[in-house]
Amino acid sequence: MSGSEGAPPHKTKSGFRLERWAPLILLGGAFAIYVGVVLATGQAQYLTFDNLIAILGRSIALGITAIGQTFVILVASIDLSVASLISATAVLASVIMDGSPAMILPAVLAAVALGGLVGLTNGLVVTGLGVNPLIATLGMSLIIQGCLSAFVSNFAGSVPAEFQVFAYGRLGPFPLALLFLLALACLAWILLRFTKFGSDIYAVGGNEEAARFAGIKTRRIVVLSHVICSVCAVIAGLYLASRLRSGAPWIGADGVYDLESIAVVVIGGTVLAGGRGGIWGTMAGMLIFSLIDSVFNVAGVDSFAKQVLRGIIIVAAVAFYAARSKRIVA
Amino acid sequence: MSDRTETTHARTRRLPQINPVWLLLAALVAGIILMNPGFVEPTGYMNFLKRAAPLAILAAGQVYVITSGGFDLSVGSLITLVVVGSSMLTNNDPAATYWVIPLMLGMGLGVGVVNGLVVCFLRVPSLIATLGMMITLNGLAFLWSGGAPRGYLPDTYRFFGRELVRDVPLVGFIPVSVIVLFVVVGILAWLMHRTNLGRQVHAIGDNPVAARLAGVAVNRVRITAFMLSGLSAAIAGILLGGFAGVSTDVGSGYELQAITAAVLGGAQLLGGRGSVFAAFGGALALTAIFTLLNFLGLPQPVRQVVQGLILIAAVALAMHRRKQTGT
Repeated sequence: MSGSEGAPPHKTKSGFRLERWAPLILLGGAFAIYVGVVLATGQAQYLTFDNLIAILGRSIALGITAIGQTFVILVASIDLSVASLISATAVLASVIMDGSPAMILPAVLAAVALGGLVGLTNGLVVTGLGVNPLIATLGMSLIIQGCLSAFVSNFAGSVPAEFQVFAYGRLGPFPLALLFLLALACLAWILLRFTKFGSDIYAVGGNEEAARFAGIKTRRIVVLSHVICSVCAVIAGLYLASRLRSGAPWIGADGVYDLESIAVVVIGGTVLAGGRGGIWGTMAGMLIFSLIDSVFNVAGVDSFAKQVLRGIIIVAAVAFYAARSKRIVA
Repeated sequence: MSDRTETTHARTRRLPQINPVWLLLAALVAGIILMNPGFVEPTGYMNFLKRAAPLAILAAGQVYVITSGGFDLSVGSLITLVVVGSSMLTNNDPAATYWVIPLMLGMGLGVGVVNGLVVCFLRVPSLIATLGMMITLNGLAFLWSGGAPRGYLPDTYRFFGRELVRDVPLVGFIPVSVIVLFVVVGILAWLMHRTNLGRQVHAIGDNPVAARLAGVAVNRVRITAFMLSGLSAAIAGILLGGFAGVSTDVGSGYELQAITAAVLGGAQLLGGRGSVFAAFGGALALTAIFTLLNFLGLPQPVRQVVQGLILIAAVALAMHRRKQTGT
């Protein structure tokens, strides 16, 4: 343990810090593998600009959810209710719209209100009742999914063509949704990097007690982070409804958005214990995920074997950062 | 459980501290008896225990990992893999059971070892490590069976899940699965509450650094906890294979139910507190809730909502009590 470097404290300041560059290294590695596989199988058509954009387009819902998840993980909380919330908003929005363009605004408002309510409840149960966030949001997930499947069992409602622009519209060569994701990421980055709220989030995640003693209203920060996370899940749900042209009660669970968004955030270098990480890491994590998927597709890996490899890759990617730390984890 | 008598002696004029899970269970059982008087007959409660057996065994294993400070999300998919793997390996040959069952138990231990090694030496938080294992094992189950598992398990294999021991005095009959349940829970409870291993599991969950300084081999204890959880999942899988047919979703949802049961029994997430008996009680209570909802004719979605509410309420109550007692 101590033989390798001795790790004097000043070394971390000037020296190369792996944690900081790990998302980029992993991303570079994933991209190199992608290019390698494409060239090795002689399918150079997969290297075009359009195709790379298409790869990104496939993981937009995951990216939006992961941005929200980053906020809660930064405050050392977690949100497992995003997948069922995604299903619920997709169904709610598409039922309210029911093909009529006039109802787009009410549907979006209703969905955002639902997300705000869910996030507020999650946050209050976690902070007020002191329930472990894993359990609180898991319970919330069961409640939402139960309520949803009590009413709906198939595709419900329909989304008017005007709203499908969200998923299918293009601005020049770029899909509208991709630009939206980029804008959302920038917004989140500005919020975390340049505002008081952002630095409060890092403070609460790093050491809640110290943050409270420093005069930060820690509970409010945690609740707000949960609201942000739920609203991001709502946006992802709206995007999926727009893409599938209708909402179904299984789209969130099918995409495993709860666990995958957590995996994306963690692969992006945000620490589950809170206080360290950021949005661009999460974006890198999302890119890594979609590149891995594309590698499997290009290489023609069997879909079950794909799943096996996926599980191993998630663990390996996290181990890539964590293996060097000396902390005891559980 | 026996310290309860001591504490009542120490603090007189205070009600004995009964774990609320037993009161919940008593209330639920009373409700079931009210709805269905046949429940007091041996067929009633033996069938109930039989149905609860896989979950109770799973919860008893899960409580080790929770008490040590981690989570084991891989148990559900491990159950699936055990059932699917057994059906592939036995291939309808009754004689194969005798090597398939030990192999499956070994596989459970092996999965536990891998979980433990990844957590201890690669320093991956157990939530992510066992999540990765869950995805991997699910994929393996599909891969092994080609997506559509075929056939059924031979009767020799289904012995543990299906057979009854007849002509027992007092109760008439005992399902083999109930015997397995009591043996497994008994051994796990003994290990947890009467041996050094149990104390060390509590110690590393409460404060791993202090435990290490006190000379506990933290990694070894943590890996053992994951092994016991994996083993319990393999046993639960063998029982479930006897109950029902072979499919690729037999185990889905069990990981969350096991955690719920352990939490209902007062196990503290992130470690330091947990009881095998109480987790057993939690599993019975959870099964009783589902049974009651069934009697009331409520559909599956309502079960989900109720499970969610109970989960949150149980933890909130535990936190409230802890705040009041100041521990």
